[in-house]
Amino acid sequence: MVLDVNWAVKWLTLSAQAMAEHRVELIELDRAIGDSDHGENMDRGFQAVLDKLAEAPPQTPGAALKLTAMTLMSKVGGAAGPLYGTAFLRAATSLGDSAEIEPEAWATALAAARDGIVARGKAESGDKTMVDAWTPAVEAARKAAAAGDADVLTVLVAAAEAAEAGAVATDPMVARKGRASYLGERSAGHRDPGAASSALILRAAVGAAA
Amino acid sequence: MTVSIVVVSHSGKIADGAAELAAQMAPDVMVLTAGGTTDGRIGTSLEKVLAALDKAGSGGTVILTDLGSAVMTAESALEFAENPETMVLADAPLVEGLVAAAVAAQGGADIHEVRRAAEAVGGPAHPVGSPAGWPGDGSVTGREPDFAGDFELVNQAGMHARPAAKIAGAISGMDAEVTVNGVDGASMTGLMTLGAGKGSVLHVQAWGADAERAVNYVGGLVQEGFGEP
Repeated sequence: MVLDVNWAVKWLTLSAQAMAEHRVELIELDRAIGDSDHGENMDRGFQAVLDKLAEAPPQTPGAALKLTAMTLMSKVGGAAGPLYGTAFLRAATSLGDSAEIEPEAWATALAAARDGIVARGKAESGDKTMVDAWTPAVEAARKAAAAGDADVLTVLVAAAEAAEAGAVATDPMVARKGRASYLGERSAGHRDPGAASSALILRAAVGAAA
Repeated sequence: MTVSIVVVSHSGKIADGAAELAAQMAPDVMVLTAGGTTDGRIGTSLEKVLAALDKAGSGGTVILTDLGSAVMTAESALEFAENPETMVLADAPLVEGLVAAAVAAQGGADIHEVRRAAEAVGGPAHPVGSPAGWPGDGSVTGREPDFAGDFELVNQAGMHARPAAKIAGAISGMDAEVTVNGVDGASMTGLMTLGAGKGSVLHVQAWGADAERAVNYVGGLVQEGFGEP
């Protein structure tokens, strides 16, 4: 298995499917602690990504991620647009124009994506945001990639599992960023929608390589 | 070349309404809007912001935003922009900041002065936006002003929005720190809070290279009643 442009397009396609399938669930999560538009915004954004990918098929994984970044920033509407957009953009920049992604390069791209989210949203670990899914994912990916005989699938799986655990770990947190922070203590007991969608997207990356 | 202003709002109506208000006070300033999503919903769109930045004039651009994700979208747009060094983001309340910025741009201020004019309307709630060496209570590090003057308001309505905009706009374009009865002369809302009616005396103090010019300019505006009865 190699992570090439076909993998990238399949990843984005599976991400779009995941957003459509979990649309209502993400809306419900966001209704509890936000403005209930996350599921709809992500679904619409990724459907627009699919249209763009069909219109102008990218030649490299980096180009696919850059197209995704531009589209999400233009079509999502809510805060998730610039946050995911920046994540995909920074990952694209990190990958450059390489045709295939090595395990180490993927871990580095994930770290660049996470740093972009942090720079744009100014959230830290423990603030009950998507950062709480991304940071464990980055750490797990780096660790997996550093193991001598690591293949890319192992790295993708490690990142997805860590992101899922990270999303679950936001349940008891009190939100300190975003719309949910207005609720204070009442935000505890609900999963952060952005962390949940981040875990879905990183899980789709595994599905595309399987 | 006059500075252009881009308004990024979650709502097309807010962006258009704010631009309309600013145009009334600064008719020659290009105010471009990026309000709502491309399909007319509430939200912000990178595409719209980039399109507005693209249409802006060559004199530089100051961006004003409303809520959180509008700021993030504007910051993202600067990452994509071809000449980010000619663009600045102002951290100011949208409507008041826009009017102050537009008036400053109309007066010939550059992007940094326009941003400062916008951020000055935040008042004490936004100390970070205040200019360095901001006189506050009427003294810059205790130094005597380089020039000062007292002027009596002669127009019927006294100090209100239009006179405040004229004073703030002119001062933003000059190399001087100016206070009027202790408030920042470059802050339109600061001047309005003076509540100075006809017959009140404005005590104008100024520091910096343009101090004398600034005081005389304000004096001239006051003495001609801001062109009002």
